[in-house]
Formats: sequence, C-alpha cells, structure tokens
Amino acid sequence: MEHHQSKSFPISHVIGFVVSLALTFAAAGIALKTNLSFKVIMWIIGSLAVVQAGMQLFMFMHLREGEDGKTNLVNMIYAVFMVIVIVVGSIWVLTSGHAAH
Amino acid sequence: MGIKWDEFFITGDPLILGSQIAILLTMIGAVAGITYLKKWKYLWTEWLTTVDHKKIGIMYIISAVLMFFRGGMDGLLMKAQTARPEMEFLNSQHYNEIFTTHGVIMILFMAMPFLIGLMNVVIPLQIGARDVAFPQLNALSFWLFFSGAMLFNISFVIGGSPDAGWTSYFPLAGKEFSPGIGNNFYAVALQIAGIGTLMTGINFIVTILKMRTKGMTLMKMPMFTWTTFVTSILIVAAFPIFTVALALMTFDRLYGTHFFTVSGGGMDMLWANLFWLWGHPEVYIVALPAFGIFSEVIATFSRKSLFGYKSMVFSILGIALLSMVVWVHHFYTMGSGPAVNSFFSITTMAIAIPTGVKMFNWLFTMRKGRIKITSAMLWALAFVPCFVIGGVTGVMLAMGAADYQYHNTLFLVAHFHYVLIPGVVFAVFAGLYYWWPKMFGFMLNEKIGKWHFWLFVIGFNVTFMPMFFLGLNGAVRRAYTYSAESGFAPLFMLSAIGSIVLAAGFAVFCYNIYWSIRYADRNISSDPWDARTLEWSTASPVQFYNFAKLPEVKSLDPFWHMKKKNEGLTLHDSEIEEIHMPSNSWVPIYMGVIFGIAGFFLVFEWHIAAAVAGIGIFAGLIIRSFDYNEGFHVKKDEIHRIENAWRKTEGEVHDHVS
Ligand code: HEM
Ligand SMILES: [Cu+2]
Repeated sequence: MEHHQSKSFPISHVIGFVVSLALTFAAAGIALKTNLSFKVIMWIIGSLAVVQAGMQLFMFMHLREGEDGKTNLVNMIYAVFMVIVIVVGSIWVLTSGHAAH
Repeated sequence: MGIKWDEFFITGDPLILGSQIAILLTMIGAVAGITYLKKWKYLWTEWLTTVDHKKIGIMYIISAVLMFFRGGMDGLLMKAQTARPEMEFLNSQHYNEIFTTHGVIMILFMAMPFLIGLMNVVIPLQIGARDVAFPQLNALSFWLFFSGAMLFNISFVIGGSPDAGWTSYFPLAGKEFSPGIGNNFYAVALQIAGIGTLMTGINFIVTILKMRTKGMTLMKMPMFTWTTFVTSILIVAAFPIFTVALALMTFDRLYGTHFFTVSGGGMDMLWANLFWLWGHPEVYIVALPAFGIFSEVIATFSRKSLFGYKSMVFSILGIALLSMVVWVHHFYTMGSGPAVNSFFSITTMAIAIPTGVKMFNWLFTMRKGRIKITSAMLWALAFVPCFVIGGVTGVMLAMGAADYQYHNTLFLVAHFHYVLIPGVVFAVFAGLYYWWPKMFGFMLNEKIGKWHFWLFVIGFNVTFMPMFFLGLNGAVRRAYTYSAESGFAPLFMLSAIGSIVLAAGFAVFCYNIYWSIRYADRNISSDPWDARTLEWSTASPVQFYNFAKLPEVKSLDPFWHMKKKNEGLTLHDSEIEEIHMPSNSWVPIYMGVIFGIAGFFLVFEWHIAAAVAGIGIFAGLIIRSFDYNEGFHVKKDEIHRIENAWRKTEGEVHDHVS
C-alpha cells in the first residue's frame, strides 16, 4: 500500500472531490431536468449514490492505507457480501412467486 | 406472577417420573461423592475456574458425550415407538417433544461442543501457541454453552419441552399455537448457548491469524487448523442471524410483538428464511472441522502428506462461500417461484463439486500409502462411502422440482443422518481415538475400539438405510405412528433393530473409556502414531504451558520433518525462559450461572425476577472490566523439572499401533 506523505500533493483527494461533485450534479440533473419515470430516476440516482459512497471509501477514508489496509478491504467486501445475501436475498425470496401472495 | 405452580414439574408420565427420580439421585450421588472424596477444591481450581484451552476442550467433550447419550436416548425412544404400527408407547405430543429435543440437542449440544472441544484441545498445539488468543473469553464461551444446554435439558422435567421441531417454524411455534412455556426454553436456551458459540468463533479467528508460531504461514497450516479457521468465519457470519431471529421470536412469545405472527400482520415465512440463513451454514460449521479431522487422520495413517493441499484449501473456502447462498433448499415448497428455486437448486448442486474434490484428495492420499488400520483410520475409511450416500441423496434433494416429492418424508431424515453421522459423529470418534493419548497420556483400547466401530457403523446403516425406502414409499417425518395397511411395518422394524445395534456400539465406546482409564498402559511415547503435526512434538498429557520453547516451522507436516532431519527436537538448558501464563478466573462460571438463572426466569416469564438476575450479568461485566490480573510467570526451575520428566522417556515405546 502506498503511504501518503503530508508534504506531497494530495492528488487522490482532489480527484475524489471532483468526481464526487460530478456524480452529485449528475444525480441532481437526472432528477430535476429529465422526464424519466420516477422508478427509473430512483434506480439511477440510487446507483450513483452507491458508486459515490464506494469511491469515497477509497479516496477519503483511507481504506487501503496503513498497516491494516488489506484487513479493512477484506472486512468491507465481507460486510457487503453479507448484506447482499441477508437483506437482498431475503427480500427476493420472500417477495417472489407464491410467497408474495 | 400468574405461574401455575402445579404445572411447574411435569407429572403424570411414568417415563418422566422415572427420569426425575434418576436425575435427583444422580445429583445427590455426585455431590455426596465429591464431598466424600474431598474433591471440591480440586474441581474448583483445576477445572471450573480454568482458562487452559486443553481443560476447557475436555470439559466440552465430556458435556458432548453426555448430550450424545441424552439425544441418543431420544432417538431410541422414537425408534421404539415406530417399531410397530399403531404402537402406544409414546403419544403424539410426547413424540413431538422428543424429536424436537433430539434435533436441537444433537446438533447444538452434541455436534457443536464435541467439535469445539477438539478444536480447543488441538488448535493451539497445532499452531505452536501456548493458549488461544483470549483464554478467559474461551472459558466464558464454554460456560455459556453449558448454561444454555442445561437450561434446555431441564425442560422435560420442569415446565415442559419445546415441541415444534428443531426448526420451530411459525406459526406453530408462536404463542397462538404453542401457548405453553416449552418453546420459551427453545428461544432462551439457544440464545445463551449461541452467544458462547459466537465468542468461540471470534476467539479462534484471532488465535489462528495472530498466534501461529514462527515460520507457519497460512499455507503451511495443518488442514484441521484451516477448517477450524474457515468454520470460525462461518460462525461469525451465521450466528448473528440466529441471534436476531431468536430475539424476535422471544419478543413475539414474551412481549406480544408480531414479527412472525400472521394474525398480527407478521410474516411467518420470515422465520423460516432467517432460521435457514443460519441453519444451512450451521451444518457446514459442523461438517468442515470434521473434514479437517479426517484429513489429519488419513495423512497420518497413510504415512504421506495430504494429497492436493492447495485444492483442499480452496475447496474449503468454496464450500464456505457457497454454504451462505443455498438456504432456500430447505423450503422450496414455500413456492418462491421458478427463478428463486432454480437459483438455489444450482448453488446447492454446486457444493457437490468442492466436496467431490476433497473426496478424491482423501482417496489419493491413501493411494500408495502404507496404510495402518487403526480405530481412528477405520472411522475415516467408513466415512468415505457413507458420506457419499448422504451427498448423492443430497444432490437428489437439491433439485427444487424433485424436492416437492421428497419434502417432509423420511427420505430427507435418512439423508441428513447420512451426512451428519458419518460427517460429524464418525469424525469426532476418529478424532477422539486419535488425540486421546495427547489429552490423557494413555490410549483407548484398539481392540474394543474395533468392536465399537463395527457395531456402530453396521447399526447406523441398518437404522437409516431403510428410511430412504420408507420415505420414497411415502412415510412422512415427524409422524408418531402409521397404520398396518401402509405396509411400512417391516422396514420400520428393521430400522428399530438397527438402532439397537447402534446403541450397543455407543455402549462399547463408553466401556472402552472405562476400560482404558482403568487398565491402559500409562508408559507410552508422546508420539504414539508417528504423526506429522506439532501437537505431537510435546508431552502427553500436554504440560500446561504447551511448549517449553516455541517450535519453528519450515514446511508442511513440520513435526514429521523435524523427526526426519532430527532437528529442533531437543531442549537445551539455555533455551529455557520464563513463560507468561494467564490466571484462573471465577468470572466465566459465575456468568454461566447467572445467565442460566436469568434465562430460567425469562422462560417462565417472571420478568421482574429476570430483570434482577440481569443486574447480576452487568455486575459480572463490570467486575471483569476492573480485573487487572496480569497472569503469572512460570519459573525456569519448574519448566526444567517438567521437561525432564517427560523427555527422558521419549522414544522408549514407539510401537503401540496394531
Ligand atoms: C444416534 C442415533 C440416532 C438415531 C437413532 C436418530 C433417530 C432419529 C429419528 C427417529 C428422528 C425423527 C424422525 C421423524 O421425523 O419421525 C430423528 C430426527 C432428527 N435427528 Fe436423529 N438420530 C440419531 C442421531 C442423530 C445425530 C447424530 C444428529 C445430528 C448431529 C441427529 C439429528 C437429527 C435432527 C436434526 C432431526 C430432526 C428433528 C426434527 O424433525 O425437528 N440425529 N433422528
Ligand atoms: Cu441446507
């Protein structure tokens, strides 16, 4: 893992900041300036939010830095996997087919 | 508080009255015996307050053997009841209670503690450590498990047993259809034991990641260590789901919420969903360590290192990952629709692939090996074909569409006994015969061991093989009787006879323990099997600090290579250093007791009393937080003395096998 010295130019922070702004404006634009249906808009801005949250974890939260960088990353992947399995899995199983009625 | 005191003790059933008297007499006998022999102090300082992983492991194993006896009795009672059509030995309510307690006890209070016990004894030794990462937490895990197990077990004499199956599906398990307190025992006792298990998982993850001796990289770990590691991860992933599900169940039953109560707008199938989100990983939590035990035993007695080590590791990881995404195969018939059922059919069948890889690895390990047929090895050999039957019928059940036919029949019951008994019971027997000399310094008798083996394996097959055919013919599970016209009678009879042979095998096992304690040779080598891993490089029974000097690992099967190259086996005086060890503590057993009391009050819905006992739990937490005991140092002299005592006899008796 690369270590950021305090002296060197914080390039990743700047990139992160700019990308965050772009994603936010994109979301606002889609929500306010397009005629897409409510459902589609929700899906798009929801996805953009997830992308932005993920990116910020790397750019600002120093996910991969320090001696525990790898551990953090593994823990995050594990947590995301568990959430998908438990939450998304349960919703899917319990709302499809006969179970829904 | 609205408790009907006349219903406190279960009365009116001669079987239960007999057990009540037996329990009372046993307790009086135990207390009197210990007092007479003046063993209270010994018991307290050496066992009840211990934080030594080996002693905790032994206590887990003793509890598991007792629970095996209890669960086995339940099994025999059921087999007796169904031996003939329309028998009137157990009524339907009693049968319901018995299959429920049998299922819960066998899985949570027999299989789990047996394996966790062996893990406790062996893992720190295999990785060359002096204890687990958190010794006192380890003791707490044990006492919480024990407390939960005892609370669950008293249900059949006090208050009434749970009777909604080990799965306790809603709506049946809800207050509406199970108004008694029996199901409260399920909700509360499993919660307490579950906390202990979760802490064990955390403890072993940290132990294996942080406490390996010098040179032991992840890919040089013994296979049992690997499976324990992955099992611990599965525990940490799956048990919190059960914790939450049980908490919601408790709220529904005790405080009138409606998470799962249909009449109140709840969702009954959410319970089934959460239960199996935990329940399926749970069966792999008990199967994986067992695979590890077989890997050690097969490698040792084939006198070869394990074939396909890397593929073994990747299949364990693959099984663990897949085991999290197959849970719906337990309720295809709920009717989630084709997409869901197909997805889960495919993931379920996919598990057969890594499992098959492991099977072939074991077979190839044996190929061209110089195989020694010891009792431990016999269990491993019998495991292979028996488990394959369980696995193949599992693939049959995995197919969603076909499962509509098999669901809820004895075919399923036969299937899961064919995976659980070879996959767990054979494994713990193999492990017990294999590691017994390490634990106690003498061996279990090999000849009696073979009787135990043959009776048990033949009995097992005769008991459960007929159930496949009964199930295909339409015999349903959890039914206390059947009509003579059904034509089921001969196979049920055969199965009942098988269970008697099975029980005889278990009796021989108990006799073997008794015989070996009394008569077995105490003058044996510390490495009687000529084994390969580090636990065999130290004394038997293992001295409390495990290793005078921590071993250094250069390859897989480190002890084997140390013996081959004759290096690292001796101990020079200059190498002895003081050893820092943790002190005993009364807090874990106190927590077990107080959790048990609080749980008991909660079961009876005496909320104020439970709250008062809850204060005791917090008191324990606070006392522990202010505990500054740093442990103690073992002086060089003492180490010197202990090491000299066993190193002199080293190598004297080597040939104890066959
Ligand atoms: C030792 C010999 C054993 C015998 C004779 C035996 C017998 C039985 C019988 C007769 C049933 C009930 C069948 C029915 O639905 O009517 C049953 C259920 C069950 N057994 Fe066993 N069994 C044995 C060992 C085990 C072991 C070792 C395990 C687990 C490690 C186990 C786990 C279960 C479970 C989970 C159930 C389902 C309980 C339920 O329906 O809620 N059994 N067994
Ligand atoms: Cu399953």
